[in-house]
Amino acid sequence: MNIDLRKTGLLVLLAASLFSCRKDKVVPEPENIEAVSGLFVLNEGNFGSNKCDLDFYDFSNGSYKRDVYKAANPEVTLGLGDTGNDVKAYGSRLYVVVNGSNKVEVMNIKTAKRIAQVDIPNCRNVAFYKNKAYVTSYEGYVAVIDTAALTVGAKINVGRQPEELVVVGEKLYVANSGGYTATNYDRTVSVINLTTETKVKDIDVAINLHRLKADSYGDLYVSSRGDYDKIGSNLYVIDTKMDAVKKKFDIPASNLAIHKDIAYVYSSEWSNSAGGYTITYNKINVKDETVLSQSFITDGTQANIMMPYGIVVNPASEDIYVTDAKDYVTPGQLHCYTSAGKLKWSVTTGDIPGHMVFVK
Amino acid sequence: MLAYYCPFSASAQVDTTKAQRLDEVQINARKNNFILKSPTPVQIIAGEELKRINSLSVADAVRYFSGVQLKDYGGVGGLKTINVRGMGSNHTAVFYNGVQLANAQNGQVDLGKFSLENMEEISLYSGQNSTMLLPAKAYASVSSLYLKALAPTFKTKENHQFKVGLKTGSFGLISPVITYNYRLADRTSLSINGELINANGKYKYRYQKLAYDTTIVRHDADIFAKRAEVGLHHLFRDSAKLQVNLYQYNSERGIPGAIVNSKYRFSQRQWDDNFFVQTSYQKVGNKRYQILVNAKYAYDHTRYIDPDIPKIAGTLDNHYTQQEFYFSAANQYQLTSFWQVSLSADYSRQELDANLNKFAYPHRQTWLVALASEWQWQRLKLQANLLRTYVNDEVKINIPAGKKTEYTPTVLMSWQPFATSDLRLRAFYKSIFRMPTFNDLYYTLIGNAFLRPEYTKQYDAGITYSKNFSGTYLKGIALQSDVYFNQITDKIVAVPGASLFRWSMSNLDKVEIKGAELNLQSFWRFNQITAAFKMNYTYEEAIDVTVGPTATAFGDQIPYIPVHSGSATVNANYKTWGANYSFIYTGERYDQKANTIANYVEPWYTHDIAFHKTFDIKKVGYRLSAEVNNLFNQYYDVVLNYPMPGRNFRFSVYANF
Repeated sequence: MNIDLRKTGLLVLLAASLFSCRKDKVVPEPENIEAVSGLFVLNEGNFGSNKCDLDFYDFSNGSYKRDVYKAANPEVTLGLGDTGNDVKAYGSRLYVVVNGSNKVEVMNIKTAKRIAQVDIPNCRNVAFYKNKAYVTSYEGYVAVIDTAALTVGAKINVGRQPEELVVVGEKLYVANSGGYTATNYDRTVSVINLTTETKVKDIDVAINLHRLKADSYGDLYVSSRGDYDKIGSNLYVIDTKMDAVKKKFDIPASNLAIHKDIAYVYSSEWSNSAGGYTITYNKINVKDETVLSQSFITDGTQANIMMPYGIVVNPASEDIYVTDAKDYVTPGQLHCYTSAGKLKWSVTTGDIPGHMVFVK
Repeated sequence: MLAYYCPFSASAQVDTTKAQRLDEVQINARKNNFILKSPTPVQIIAGEELKRINSLSVADAVRYFSGVQLKDYGGVGGLKTINVRGMGSNHTAVFYNGVQLANAQNGQVDLGKFSLENMEEISLYSGQNSTMLLPAKAYASVSSLYLKALAPTFKTKENHQFKVGLKTGSFGLISPVITYNYRLADRTSLSINGELINANGKYKYRYQKLAYDTTIVRHDADIFAKRAEVGLHHLFRDSAKLQVNLYQYNSERGIPGAIVNSKYRFSQRQWDDNFFVQTSYQKVGNKRYQILVNAKYAYDHTRYIDPDIPKIAGTLDNHYTQQEFYFSAANQYQLTSFWQVSLSADYSRQELDANLNKFAYPHRQTWLVALASEWQWQRLKLQANLLRTYVNDEVKINIPAGKKTEYTPTVLMSWQPFATSDLRLRAFYKSIFRMPTFNDLYYTLIGNAFLRPEYTKQYDAGITYSKNFSGTYLKGIALQSDVYFNQITDKIVAVPGASLFRWSMSNLDKVEIKGAELNLQSFWRFNQITAAFKMNYTYEEAIDVTVGPTATAFGDQIPYIPVHSGSATVNANYKTWGANYSFIYTGERYDQKANTIANYVEPWYTHDIAFHKTFDIKKVGYRLSAEVNNLFNQYYDVVLNYPMPGRNFRFSVYANF
């Protein structure tokens, strides 16, 4: 895919020329184009800074373009907005959940051109099922968007400050954090029947749940952030046939990506006793649910990552992409590792690169 | 900016104010002398000049000082703090009638809360005030802003004075003010001052970028504030002075948020209750031995609500209560004709209470002792002082910062090389630090009790010069110019956590600041027109020199500090008419550490004008003024995404009787 600027007119060309200086000079090598043609990187930007934008890595020519939303939509007042929290592709459209702007931005996946904006207060993450988009809101519900009309229909009540959500079969699972009440976190994953669009169960897991990913064996991997104090982060497995927790890994987990039989898990854990952060990169075999002995970065270059903040695995090449948010107030980096854990290339991103999606 | 008043302006005044103006001329001549001789840079705006410049609060007035960056979130109610010479707002101590307005919670004083209505003088010292008889607190900061409230002066046989006024204008501003001065006895007077500020805070701003051009109305910057001050002044027979001040401020305001895509309205609100009572006793009659005693009690309560943050029951509703007890005694002794020494000791106890989970409930006791010595040989003045700081923090839960002792020196020098010329050279070195605030140390989940103080070193060298002329239109010039080098080590910054929910404070950064300031003033008279032209310019390279694994912006200019900034004002008076024009410029800046195009903030400048007219009807003296601020309607942000108002107006009328 290509973001074709010629189609979007003179203004866009003018705007693009304004931003062409932001195109990074360190051009990664072009990669094999198989099922994947590009990668969108969503830079959150600091809360209140309105610096959220999308970058695009083009696999066909190895170019990395910064701020492609702004270039494609110069007429949108104040751009993509404030604090992007999720990006997903569905059909020919790209959905970006912009938390600080209280909206889901829907774009043409080929051009990054705006199609619509759907307003949802304090929205966090998005998942899709049968022409509907499900968006968590910190107000304690999942908003249901009709992807044809692009309007909000039902609101399904879940736990407090829900984060990630994932569809398995005909059920939607939602990880609740309760993050606004620090001493009384939520502990549940809500289970929603997608046929009736109602919550059918709360699975008690652990405090302050965050990440939620499905493997191909009908299991869910859910991370708990702990209380940032005495209780550390952790990783749990939920069996979706039983809708119950079946395993606790006892490893710290900030984020993970699952590809085939491997979950790639990193963690950045504050330690009061060490007075700093301990960062780990683990691999888990999701088939037999065991932590593998080897880190997924093997060449020592993880020392250059100050704060890992996002991870995806290329389904075609099996390369691993890790973003570095650094100190949150300076431009971040995107690192590409081979499946053997060797650094292939790195590129400078916007502020707080945190979320990525591949484009076919 | 030097508060230099041309003596000729006095002749242009009408009778009722004549005595007052003559006094002012004398006062300001003394002030000018003080400024020129000061071994540390000092800038003063006082009296008439304070009335003439386009200002509502102390925050507006300090914009005219060189080396000052006002952090302004916009509008009448928006937070306004200052940063002097790139050092961060926690490093400037603000004093009200000689006693510090402390804020142990976050170290910041919102200057927008301090009205100019009851203010006689605002002065800014880089380094420190070089007067010898001072509380030890006066030695304990990088720079000091002194606010002096009006003290009544009575004419013979005058026992009552009334002043009523009303301000109105843009932002739905309606602000009545009343002052009553009463002579209780020959040498005792009482002064009562009250003010209401009511504004809906609405203003338009416009974003023009790329292919969009959008005009939006700023809401949520409304304010309703009540201020009352009572001052009691007594002059003893031995010329000792006793002063008691009561200050009460209550406000309710909207908290204007960052304007970002799709979010233009905000529901956060804040209530403030600030009360203090302070008393000061000063005995300077005996030239050999002088004494200054100050005592204060302060109570500050803030309630902050955020209806967008749901809690288990209701929404976020936080209360913070701070209390402070303060006592200070200072002594000055003249040892020989050229040598005097002073010793001052301060004690303060500050405590913070908040309805937060796992809150530490900290209290801090601070003992300061300052020993200073001054030598004066003909045209050379040397001053040296040593400050001992002992701080002890205790908490109810979690880890306290504990005890700390620091010794910090200052050396000041002023030299007049030629007896026949008003040219002086000056220099100072000062080492000082700021203690981490309660928020830095104890804020639930963010605070880090192991923080060290943030240390600074200042080196300054400058010249001052003044000359008067006769027989020309130009009556006088005054100049002061300084170059400086500042270092900040162990700068306290927020560092990343595992998520944006978990930040932590740390002593990480180092900053080096090289700067130059120039203040130039000239005074003119063309027949019946008197005029003053003043300008200042600041050049400042404030560079992040942090190294190590956490360094991300080595060699970059630190956020929000422009390399170039300055202001210019022209004031002209003709009989009972007056006009003021001012221009303020702030050069390009970066809103974050990295000096990238994404963080670039455009330069801004504003033109303001004001007209004044005084007249008497029977025995009542009137003063009318009209101001137009941001005359050319420029849209700009001082702080990223906090748009400032475009062209706005203010009108005021006062009656004195």
